[in-house]
Amino acid sequence: MIEFLKELLGYTFIVRALIVGVLVALCSALLGVSLVLKRYSMIGDGLSHVGFGALAFAMALNLAPLQVSIPIVLIAAFLLLRISESSKIKGDAAIALISTSALAIGVMIVSMTTGMNTDICNYMFGSILAMSKSDVYLSVAVTVIVLILYVIFYNKIFAVTFDESFAKATGTKSGFYNMLIALLTALIIVVGMRMMGAMLISSLIIFPALTSMRLFNSFKSVVISSVVLSVICFCVGIVISFVYSTPTGASVVIVNLVAFCLFSLLGLIKNKV
Amino acid sequence: MDIMTCEKVSIGYTKTPVVKDISFSLKQGDYLCIVGENGSGKSTLMKGILGLVKLSEGKIAFNGIKQNEIGYLPQQTVIQKDFPANVGEVVLSGCLNRSSKLPFYTKKDKERALLNLKYLDIENLRKKSYRDLSGGQQQRVLLARALCAADRVLLLDEPVTGLDPMMAGELYQIIKKLSKQGMTIIMISHDIESAVKYGDKILHMQGEPLFYGSKDEYVATPIYKQMAGGVRND
Repeated sequence: MIEFLKELLGYTFIVRALIVGVLVALCSALLGVSLVLKRYSMIGDGLSHVGFGALAFAMALNLAPLQVSIPIVLIAAFLLLRISESSKIKGDAAIALISTSALAIGVMIVSMTTGMNTDICNYMFGSILAMSKSDVYLSVAVTVIVLILYVIFYNKIFAVTFDESFAKATGTKSGFYNMLIALLTALIIVVGMRMMGAMLISSLIIFPALTSMRLFNSFKSVVISSVVLSVICFCVGIVISFVYSTPTGASVVIVNLVAFCLFSLLGLIKNKV
Repeated sequence: MDIMTCEKVSIGYTKTPVVKDISFSLKQGDYLCIVGENGSGKSTLMKGILGLVKLSEGKIAFNGIKQNEIGYLPQQTVIQKDFPANVGEVVLSGCLNRSSKLPFYTKKDKERALLNLKYLDIENLRKKSYRDLSGGQQQRVLLARALCAADRVLLLDEPVTGLDPMMAGELYQIIKKLSKQGMTIIMISHDIESAVKYGDKILHMQGEPLFYGSKDEYVATPIYKQMAGGVRND
C-alpha cells in the first residue's frame, strides 16, 4: 500500500491533480448544499456547459483557457441567476436553452478549427493530465477565496438558503448572497472543469449534498459530511482513474454514485429503526 | 403615539394595482388583523410593509422602530418541507439582524434563541430536524425565530394554515399573550371568527380597503355579517 502511494505521488501530474481536485471537491461540496436546497442545481450544470463553450473559444484563438473562461462563466452565472429568479418554471427551460446553445457553439468552434480530437474528449469528460503549474496556483488562490468567503458568510448563507423572504425582511441582503453563491460556483466550475470534464463537473456540486441529506439532519452536519465525502470520493476516484486508466471525471462520479446508494440505504435503515 | 403609519399605499406588479389606497396606523401593542379573500392583496401589503416589494404609491412610515425590531412569520415554502436543519439552527438564524457586523453569533444571540425556545415550549426539540416536525411544531419554530428578530413588531402571514383546530387555538393564544406583553401584531388571516376574537383592529381588504377600524365597529358592519354568515354556510 505504502509502495503504491509512493509510486502514485512520484508523478508530478498526479500530485497536481490531487491538490487541485481536493480543493475543488471541497469547495463545490460547500456551495452544492445551498445550490441543491435552493433548487439551483441546474445553474451548476448550465455553467459547466457555458464553460466548455468558453474553453473552445479560447483554444480557437490560442488564448490562455482559464483567463478567457473565468470572465465568460462569471457573466453567465450572473445571467442564469437572474433568469431563474425572475420566473421559476420558465427559468428552468431558459437555463437548458443557454447551456445547450453554449455547448453547441463550443462544438462548432472546435470542429471548424482543430477538429474533434483527444483534447476535446478530455474537455468533455476530464483528464488527469490537464493541470499545468500555473493552473495549480490559480486553483489554490480561487479555492482559498471561496473557503474564506464561505466561512465568513456561513450564517447568512444558511439564513438565505432556508428562508429568503424572512432573511430579506429582517435586513439580510439576500440578493447579494445569492449572487455570491452563483459567482463562487462559477469560479469553482471553471477551475475544476478540465479535470472533471464539462459534462461531469456539476456532479461534484450535486452529489455530496444530496448524499449527505439522506443521512444527516442539521445544516451544519450536512455541510461537513458533504465536504468530507466529496474529498474522499474524489481521492478514491482519482486512484481508480490512475490504476485502470479510466477518465478522471467518470471515475469520480461513479464513486459518488456508489456513496449515494450506500447513504440512501443507510438512511432507509435509520428511518425504519 | 403611532409607531407605524401606512398612508394611501398602492402596490402593483403590473398596471392594475394588487393593493390600492390602503391607510392605517398602529400604536405600540396594537393587534391588527388583515382579512380578505384569496388574492385580495393581503400578503402583498405585508411584503410592502416589510420592504420586500416596492410601493407604487403612498408611503409607510415607522416612528422610532428600526428594521431589526421587526419580526416576520412568512408562509412556509416548498423548500423548507425537506430542509435538513435542526431547530436550534433555524431559531438562531432569527438573531442574524442583531450582530450584522460579526460573521458569527454571539453568546447573547444564543441566549436569546434559547429564551425564545423556552417561551414557546419547544426547547426539547432543539436538536430535532425541522423536516421531521409536525406542522404545529414547525410554526412554533418559525415563531421563535421571528421573536429572535422582533422586539416590538411582529408580522404574521396566515400563521395557522394547515394546522388542526387545537394547534391553531394554541398558536392564537401565544400570539395574544405576546400582544398583551406589548408586542405590536399585524396578522393576515383567512379565519374571520378568530380575527375578531383575538384582534383589536380589523382591516378588511379586497385590493382596496372595505373596512378599517376597531373590532367592535367591524362586528356591526354588514360585510362582517355576510362574511361570518358565509363561513357558517360552508
